[in-house]
Order: sequence, then structure tokens, then C-alpha cells
Amino acid sequence: MSALRFDNVTVRLGGRDILKAATFEIEDGELVGMLGANGAGKTTLMRAALGLAPLASGSIQVLGGPVRAGHSGVGYMPQNRGAALGLRIRGYDVVASAMLGTRFGFARLDAAMRKEIDWALDTVGARDLARRSIAELSGGERQRLLLSQALLGRPKLLLLDEPLISLDPAHQSVVVEIARRLRDELGLAILFSAHELNPLVNAIDRVLYLGGGAAVLGKVEDVVTGPVLSRLYGAEIEVVRVRDRFFVMAGGVEVERDAHRHENGHSHDHGHAHV
Amino acid sequence: MFEYDFMRTAFAASGVAAILAGTVGYFLVLRGQTFAGHALSHVGFTGATGAALFGLSPLAGLLGFTLLAGVGMGLFGEKLSERDVAVGMMLSLALGLGLLFLHFYTAAATQATALLFGNVLGVDDSALWILTLLAVCSLAALAYIARPLIFASLQGELAEARGVPMRLVSVAFLAIVAVAVAECAQIVGVLLVFTLMVGPAAAAQNLSRRLGGAVALSAGLALFDAWCGLTLAYYTDWPVSFWITTLSGLVYFASLAARPG
Repeated sequence: MSALRFDNVTVRLGGRDILKAATFEIEDGELVGMLGANGAGKTTLMRAALGLAPLASGSIQVLGGPVRAGHSGVGYMPQNRGAALGLRIRGYDVVASAMLGTRFGFARLDAAMRKEIDWALDTVGARDLARRSIAELSGGERQRLLLSQALLGRPKLLLLDEPLISLDPAHQSVVVEIARRLRDELGLAILFSAHELNPLVNAIDRVLYLGGGAAVLGKVEDVVTGPVLSRLYGAEIEVVRVRDRFFVMAGGVEVERDAHRHENGHSHDHGHAHV
Repeated sequence: MFEYDFMRTAFAASGVAAILAGTVGYFLVLRGQTFAGHALSHVGFTGATGAALFGLSPLAGLLGFTLLAGVGMGLFGEKLSERDVAVGMMLSLALGLGLLFLHFYTAAATQATALLFGNVLGVDDSALWILTLLAVCSLAALAYIARPLIFASLQGELAEARGVPMRLVSVAFLAIVAVAVAECAQIVGVLLVFTLMVGPAAAAQNLSRRLGGAVALSAGLALFDAWCGLTLAYYTDWPVSFWITTLSGLVYFASLAARPG
């Protein structure tokens, strides 16, 4: 059984094909890094896998069944992480809001639910963080806390949308390490989207590359190559590999560099914005 | 002061409205929809003046209009930037219409002041019963939707992915807000609804980081503002709404100073 399978999936938003006949299959217990330029459809792909994007054609299988909204086997960490982040509300209350959040009525947290929340917090080492207000946490701490929330309900497939965004390298490696541990210890299939390949490259089993509506899934050394990326980008791409770091160049310029700048809303001068 | 019938009624009515406003207001602040609450009160003004013009009960007109507008806003959609402009336009339209109604309604002056700045001392027993009944229903409805409401307010995208019916939650919540606004307008008037709905809630958010604790604190602070305001008004003979707004403002600014971290 595969964790997530796309068959010829086309998603059209605002008259534009965000995904065009995307076909790939993510296995159980596999950590897949998802890469692609801004607007390549990474978030849309996740929303499609969550049953939130209408399919123009094709079909999606999630954990062996047809895709549907609110699937309990799927954990999700959205990129836009909600209004909670600026609020002085205890981390625990924010995490716990997901536990009862789908139920109308007068439900209260019972002992079993509290145990489940504690398990999720412990799994990512966020038990102490949950006592503090979410506005006080650093970016990396916050990410860990929200990651624990995605584990509630013990999903088999985890969709993490840009969990590394605006983290410094040290915190990035903490988050990647947690993802790796979740795969190894809990056997979760994880789809992990990112701007850059290099922070992920040693942890992921395969890479899913998006470009021009198409998706290519495979081993890093098979996908992150000049010919494959040239096809996805529709432009001449050259890949330079220095030990285990990859630099994707188009006509001597790193292609992700401008995209990266836009995403952050300001230009920051790092000489190497990696893929 | 409790030897007077109208004072006892005023304490009961303002207490009921304050508890409702403080509780609902906390979620309003949590969701960043305080502007919607403000606009609803202006729509209520139109409803009340219109009802008076046609010889109906102002409370019924107020409630009917805020409810309609609340549900309409809930259905409006999610885009906040567009929504602010739309809400603002609705607010001005409503006030303009209210002015027209006042123009035709000749016995306007006292009525208008009561609507705009409240007249808690004029609440009679039958109105008190209606306010109490509405408040109990609204609080029950709020408790019923509280869990999805909190989830949707804190983490909208995640809640949507987990299958929370976002539109339904939003519409139901704004309907509850509409009732709370109508109740507050009876106490402090449509122009000062913020003082009971937003002031205590914002202060509570500064003072408590526990969700449940903050909701209770918000209701408690609103009750404190309302009752102390009434008491001060009784002894000074100054307007009740003046004292309530003063207390609400003082508590809010004190909470800013006392805020941890």
C-alpha cells in the first residue's frame, strides 16, 4: 500500500493549471522532500492531498483509500500557521484546540486526550515549550510545538508545508532531525516541502520536484540533474554538486535565488541561496 | 440604592449584558473581528430607529437588523482585506439610513440619545426578561460551537483541513455576536458597544494566557465595569455610560502595563 498516490492529477485554479497530469507514488514510511520554485504548486499539491483542492482530472489515493477532507490518518502542518502565533496563549491550549476542534457540543478534554497530547508533545520534545505562551517561543520552538499538533490522532502520513521557512540553519537541522526520527521510530510517511534541498539532502529518501505543473519523484541523484530540471523549468539548467551540496544554476545564476527573495519580502544577501 | 426598583432592574440588566458581552467579546478579539462587532452596532441603530418610526419595539428592530447583518457578514467570505472595506461601507450605509429614519421620526431627540449612548435606567421588567432569555440562549449556543470556534480562530487552515465547517462556524458566531451587540446597546448604547465587548476581552487577553481563564476573566471584568459604573453613576449623578467607558478604559490600559513580558 502506498501512503499517497497521484494519478494524472490536474488542479486548475483561477484558469491556470497549477498541477498538470501529476503522477507519483509515495511509499509507507518514506521521507520525501518536495521542492520547486515559488508558485510551482507545493502548497496546492498538499491541499489536494488533503481533499481541499478540486481536481480537474485524475485521482488521488491516500493510505489506500480515496482522498477526502478531514482524513484522520493524515497530519498536516500548514505554512500559514494561523492567528495563534502572535497571541499570548499557552502553547498547550493551542495544541489542544485541535484535539476537540472538530466536535460541536460541550466536549471537554478527558484523561485519554490529555495523555495523547502529552505523547505528541514528548515525541518532538515540546513538553516544556507547551507551558509558555506561543508568542514567547522562537521560530524553531514554535515549529516543534506545531509539529506535535500534527501528530495528534496518530496519522500515518504527515504533510509538512515549509517547516524550515525563516529558521536559521541550526534550527533547520533540528526540525529535519525530528522528521527523520518520526519516519524511523513511528514509520510515518512524510512529505516535507522546502525552498532548499541542501538542509534536507541527507535525511530524505527521495525528492519530489515540481515545475511547470509536472511532478518528478525519484532519488536525489536521479532527479536533481541538469536534464530533468531543464525539462521542469523549461529552461537550460545546470546542476553543480560540491560534496553533498547541490547548486542549481541557469545561465550561471542560481535559479532559486530570486524566488527566495520574493518569499521573504526583502532581499537578504546570502551568496548562496541553494535549491 | 437598591431600595429603588429601577436600580435593581438596571443592575440585573447590565449584569446579564456584561457577562454575555465579556464572553462573546473574548472570541471576537481572538478572531480579530472587533471591527465587525463595531459595525453591527451601527446597523443596530438603523434597526432601532426604523422600528421606532414604524411603531415597533426598538429592541426588536435592533436585534433583527444586527442578526441579519451578522449572518450576512459571516456569509461574506474569508478575505479579510476586502471584508474590512465591505464592513465599513455597510456601517456608513446603515448610519446614513438611521439618520433618515430619525429625520422622519419627530419625537427623536431623547430616543436618539438613548440609542446612541444607552439608557440602562430605562430598562423595564419585561425588557429584562427578554435580555436574560436571549443571553442564556446565546451563551448556550456559544458553548455548543466553542471547540470548533477556538480551533478555527487559532489555526484556520489546519481546522479546514481537519474538516471543520468554517463557514457555518463563522455565521453562527456572528449571529451570537449580533445578539450580544443588541444587548450591549441597551446598556451603553450603540456607539459605546466596544466598551463592554472589546475592552474587558482585550484586557483579559493581556492578563491570562489560559484560554478558559481568559474567557472567565473577560466576563468578570465586563461585570466589574458595568456594576461599578452603575454605582458611581448613582452617587455622582453622571451618565452610567460615561463611568462604564472610563472603567473599561482604565482596566484595559492597566492590563497593558501589567502585561507579563
